Amino acid sequence: MTEHENTALRWIPLLPLIAAALSGAWLVFGRRALPRVAVIALACGAPIASFAIAVVQVFKLALETALPPDAPYYSDNLYTWISAGDFHAELAFLLDPLSAVMVLVVTGVGSLIHIYSVGYMDDDHREDRGFQRFFAYLNLFTFSMLMLILGDNLLVMFVGWEGVGVCSYLLIGFWYLDDANAAAGQKAFVVNRIGDFGFLLGIFLLFWSFAQAGLPTVEFREMSANVGLLAERTVALPGWLSFLPGFPTWGLLTLACLCLFVGACGKSAQIPLYVWLPDAMAGPTPVSALIHAATMVTAGVYMVCRMSFAYSLAPGAQATVAWTGALTAFFAATIGLAQTDIKKVLAYSTVSQLGYMFLAAGVAAYSAAIFHVMTHAFFKALLFLGAGSVILGMHHQQDITKMGGLRRRMPVTWATFLVGVIAIAGVPPFSGFFSKDEILLAANQAHAIPGHQALWAIGMATAFLTAFYMFRLYFLVWSGESRADHHTQASIHESGKWVLVPLCVLALFSVIGGFFGLPDAYGDLFGVQRSNSLHHFLQPVVHSAEHEISHATEFRLAALTTCVGLAGIALATVMYFWRRDLAAKLAAAIRPLYALVRDKYRIDELYDAAIVRPLRALSSSLLSRGVDQGLIDGLAVNGTAKLVRASADGALKYLQSGFAQSYLVAMLLGGVLLVAWLVRGS
Amino acid sequence: MATSLDTLLADHLLSAIVFLPLATVLLLALADGLFRLPETIWRYTALASSLVGLLLALALWQRFDPASSGMQLVERAEWIPSWGIHYSLGIDGIALLLVALTSFLLPVVLLASWTDIHARVKSYLFFMLALQTGMLGAFLALNLFLFYVFWELMLIPMYFVIGIWGGPRRIYATLKFFIYTMVGSLLMLVGILVLAWLHQSQFGSPSFEYYGANGGTGILDLSIPNAGGPWWQRQGFLFGVFALAFAIKVPMFPFHTWLPDAHVEAPTPGSAVLAGVLLKLGTFGFVRYALPLFPQAALDFAPWIVGLAVIGIVYGALVAWVQSDLKKLVAYSSVSHMGFIVLGLFALNPQGVSGAVLQMVSHGVSTGALFILVGMIYERRHVRELDAFGGLAQAMPVFAAFFAIATFSSVGLPGLNGFVGEFLILLGAFQTLPGATVIATSGVILSAVYMLWAMRRVFFGPLANEANKTLVDLGLREKLVAVALVIPMIWIGVHPSTFTNPMDRAVTELLETMTRRGADLAAWQGRDAADEPRLAAEAELETSR
Amino acid sequence: MGDVLPFHFQVVAALIFAIGALGVMLRRNMIVMFMSIELMLNAANLSLVAFSREIGNDQGQILAFIVMVVAAVEVAVGLAIIISLVRNRDTVNIEDTSQMKW
Repeated sequence: MTEHENTALRWIPLLPLIAAALSGAWLVFGRRALPRVAVIALACGAPIASFAIAVVQVFKLALETALPPDAPYYSDNLYTWISAGDFHAELAFLLDPLSAVMVLVVTGVGSLIHIYSVGYMDDDHREDRGFQRFFAYLNLFTFSMLMLILGDNLLVMFVGWEGVGVCSYLLIGFWYLDDANAAAGQKAFVVNRIGDFGFLLGIFLLFWSFAQAGLPTVEFREMSANVGLLAERTVALPGWLSFLPGFPTWGLLTLACLCLFVGACGKSAQIPLYVWLPDAMAGPTPVSALIHAATMVTAGVYMVCRMSFAYSLAPGAQATVAWTGALTAFFAATIGLAQTDIKKVLAYSTVSQLGYMFLAAGVAAYSAAIFHVMTHAFFKALLFLGAGSVILGMHHQQDITKMGGLRRRMPVTWATFLVGVIAIAGVPPFSGFFSKDEILLAANQAHAIPGHQALWAIGMATAFLTAFYMFRLYFLVWSGESRADHHTQASIHESGKWVLVPLCVLALFSVIGGFFGLPDAYGDLFGVQRSNSLHHFLQPVVHSAEHEISHATEFRLAALTTCVGLAGIALATVMYFWRRDLAAKLAAAIRPLYALVRDKYRIDELYDAAIVRPLRALSSSLLSRGVDQGLIDGLAVNGTAKLVRASADGALKYLQSGFAQSYLVAMLLGGVLLVAWLVRGS
Repeated sequence: MATSLDTLLADHLLSAIVFLPLATVLLLALADGLFRLPETIWRYTALASSLVGLLLALALWQRFDPASSGMQLVERAEWIPSWGIHYSLGIDGIALLLVALTSFLLPVVLLASWTDIHARVKSYLFFMLALQTGMLGAFLALNLFLFYVFWELMLIPMYFVIGIWGGPRRIYATLKFFIYTMVGSLLMLVGILVLAWLHQSQFGSPSFEYYGANGGTGILDLSIPNAGGPWWQRQGFLFGVFALAFAIKVPMFPFHTWLPDAHVEAPTPGSAVLAGVLLKLGTFGFVRYALPLFPQAALDFAPWIVGLAVIGIVYGALVAWVQSDLKKLVAYSSVSHMGFIVLGLFALNPQGVSGAVLQMVSHGVSTGALFILVGMIYERRHVRELDAFGGLAQAMPVFAAFFAIATFSSVGLPGLNGFVGEFLILLGAFQTLPGATVIATSGVILSAVYMLWAMRRVFFGPLANEANKTLVDLGLREKLVAVALVIPMIWIGVHPSTFTNPMDRAVTELLETMTRRGADLAAWQGRDAADEPRLAAEAELETSR
Repeated sequence: MGDVLPFHFQVVAALIFAIGALGVMLRRNMIVMFMSIELMLNAANLSLVAFSREIGNDQGQILAFIVMVVAAVEVAVGLAIIISLVRNRDTVNIEDTSQMKW
């Protein structure tokens, strides 16, 4: 077993933690902030170093012949973290193909975003403490995300899971002087916690089920090897749940996977827990890019893929995942059509693309899901960072109706943004095409999932919408005449090198990233064997469903996907480039529907009115005033006191009349009664 | 010479720990009567004494043997032999943790209240240290009579601390606290007397001893019927009276209403000690007395108690959410958190009980920290209404940072102390009480709701209120206190085995004692004894394939 | 004239006790109440001596001595209190000394 041990793994998450701890401690105890150079060196050095270590380890993993081909992994066990009775959770890390891909994406894209942030937050000249604080939080986030990915058991993953939630809270509400930002951060954390509720229940269910079968564990590898123990187990549902399908018994694994999926919905912003993500745009743009596009929100997808051994045996859960993903993808895409804030468009686009990833996971195309995580990280981070560059250039203007014609003023940002938009629209040979196509292909072929053709159709429709609204965004921001006011127009400027270099790197990967997962069918055209290196790399871990499909069918479907994407682009070109008045006319024609979509179907308002406000009112009036102050305190506690007082004051005190003679009478009477009682019966 | 002093200390370590605080203040009072000592002498001496107490507790930890069973470092002196009342002290893993918590909190609280209490300082220090003796004695007593003495002894200093240095409604609050607790205690006294009487009827002479000494018999050896016989001799009645006393102390819904008033009106050090240690005495009472002595009744009552615990979790959280007074909010959060602990205890499996004991320590640190931090802002502004604040993170960033850490510790963020205990509790409870656990896990959501709501109202948003703009951030002493509290938060969160190792044996023994005395824990845990060999064989087959 | 039976003494003692008890309950003059108390004590004495004679041992008579001592002591203390009260309140009416009430 020792060929699997690798003590270098611990440094991947630890380096950002140390950087965050040092920076944070300095802020609390130091008199003034560290000089910017030091902050940059510390804050950017740590993720870059983690990336370097990760690259080395992953290469070792891929090329190391000492590792058995069906169990390629490295592990690093630090110590036993929690132990009670049969339950043991080690603080241990696992580097296998799945976590390897994620680690590279997180540290790679993360490092680029750290570098970008130097340029973006440099604007924040108000005080250096803010600059240092931002990077401390960012490093802490990187640490948490890496814990999540590298954890070798559900508990370490949960540490990272909650950790990214906290860092998200801190970073969304970074500019806390505006209450709206603080509110957004609070919302993010609370909604995430609702997901965590499900996650925890899933952990409990899995642990006790395995324990009852003789193997108390929460470790991924052990669970994966022994999941057969639970394959046939069922859970008896209580009577009041008789309305659920499949009543009276559910598969145990189905229940556990669904509980875990609730957590994924919270973290990865799927219906119904997606509402925090658009609000999270209140945070600085690098935060949106890193956390709410590239890394944290993909944690749910990662978790489902990590637990693929369980999901593959839980068809009910799989169908739920696939359908939730598809519906979320479509739903969010429709909202994106009508948004006017550049970041909000991208936010809904993220929710939509995450839906695709869950669709893939649901149809057991796990490697496709991870592929899309990767490519999405590239082009979405690119788009967000580009948007950030635009926001900087437009002096913190985010309304796309006030933009336009920026192409000439910000050429580098324009070029990279265009690359990103083409990638997300799914135009070959950019990366987005290959990952999206693989997902749609899998959906098309997933005969095990009920209604899979409908899923495919929804996916295609969403692809059309995606291309459409992304190009709508593109045209409104970059082409045509500038709609900004004169003052802003005069001072539009391209951003500095710290901002542009990461944009270019991400643009490059958005173009070539697809070739990591080039489907075998295409590879065969060029005589390359097993060209889908990503899929084959991940297969020993995730066991994606493999479909027997002819090359011809594959190419046909791919062509269809491309056409759909191009159609979307064409429509956007018509409406936002050639005949700009069409958009306004259309919006006027369907005003109520348009308003509803623009107001995101008023789901937030619905939640507020149906859940938050009633609960608060209930707590305040019934529980706090009614039960606590009124019933318990008023009636029972103070009431008892009042009763005692009343009886003493109203009745008993009159016994103390002060008249010696009444006392005497009482004494004599008592004496007589006592004697009578004593002599009774004799 | 040195070795004899060493053994002298070792033989009487527990007594030293218990009586050091009281002895210190008695000596100070004596000296004060003779020489009129200035207040600073009192302060520093009290602080030094509390630090020595902490060192003694650490020495105790070091001497404690996690592997051996039963009570350790037992001290025994005869008091009223014909009644079976002796001065018996002893420690097990669970008491060790709580003694360490108590010894740790006192110096921190004294340091935190250095400038807070400025009137009648000598009396204040007297009461705080007397309180310390009472609490430590209650944790360490092995004789039920002695336990009762210490239990009541704790009430008096607390009564004075709240009543003299408290807020506007302090008299009402302290009377309520005192009388409420006393009602429970008196009923418990009845129970204790019944136990002594039962010992006489079963073994010939009355005894209040928990364990029999020198091969004798103690309360633990009694066989108490669960049915049949007079009602006042049954486990049901006895468990009921003990449980009531402890339930009031914990406090469990619906006996919790003394807590918000007591906490709000108490001065900061009073609140911190009240929440940090006093509440744990209730749960400790369950662990040490109610559960092992009356196991069958415990199982019979368990559904009710768990129900109340779960209600407490949700109710406490929801009521905390709508409070406008920051201290009251933290007080109700205590009700919610203690509900978790009771839930864990009544899961009656290793995970649940270990989680509960660990959470006792965690909660003491977290909530103690929250009260101390609230006290720091109260010292500056003399208001606690959430409306009076806003944007404080701008004026007092260091304070905001520590408050955030304490918040996340309270909310159960993994990596900090609150998570480990909470997780183990819910994990353990899920095995035996899955439905209740599902409801209790929603507490995870609710705790985030009210704590973050409070944080947002106090620290974020615009710094609108003029009075807040001139606030001074934490000074060195306050930072020291905050760091002292944060260190165990991180330690328990990252390396909980330091704290779970000593109690492991005690937890196992508790469950074994309960089984030995007649409780069918296997059935409670849903395990069918006949199933086990079959399941184990199946697992063998799977892994060998 | 019939024989004087032992129970006659008890009856007389009971009657004297009743008169004393009624007196202490009904009379308002403190001195008279005191005299009534003395009546009760002497009734008890009579009863004791009569029983002693009937049973034949002298325990009753010895107890009667003790009762007499107690009565004497009680009179001394009680009269001192009454005199003190009279000096302060200028009244021997017991109803005027009812301040220790609610």
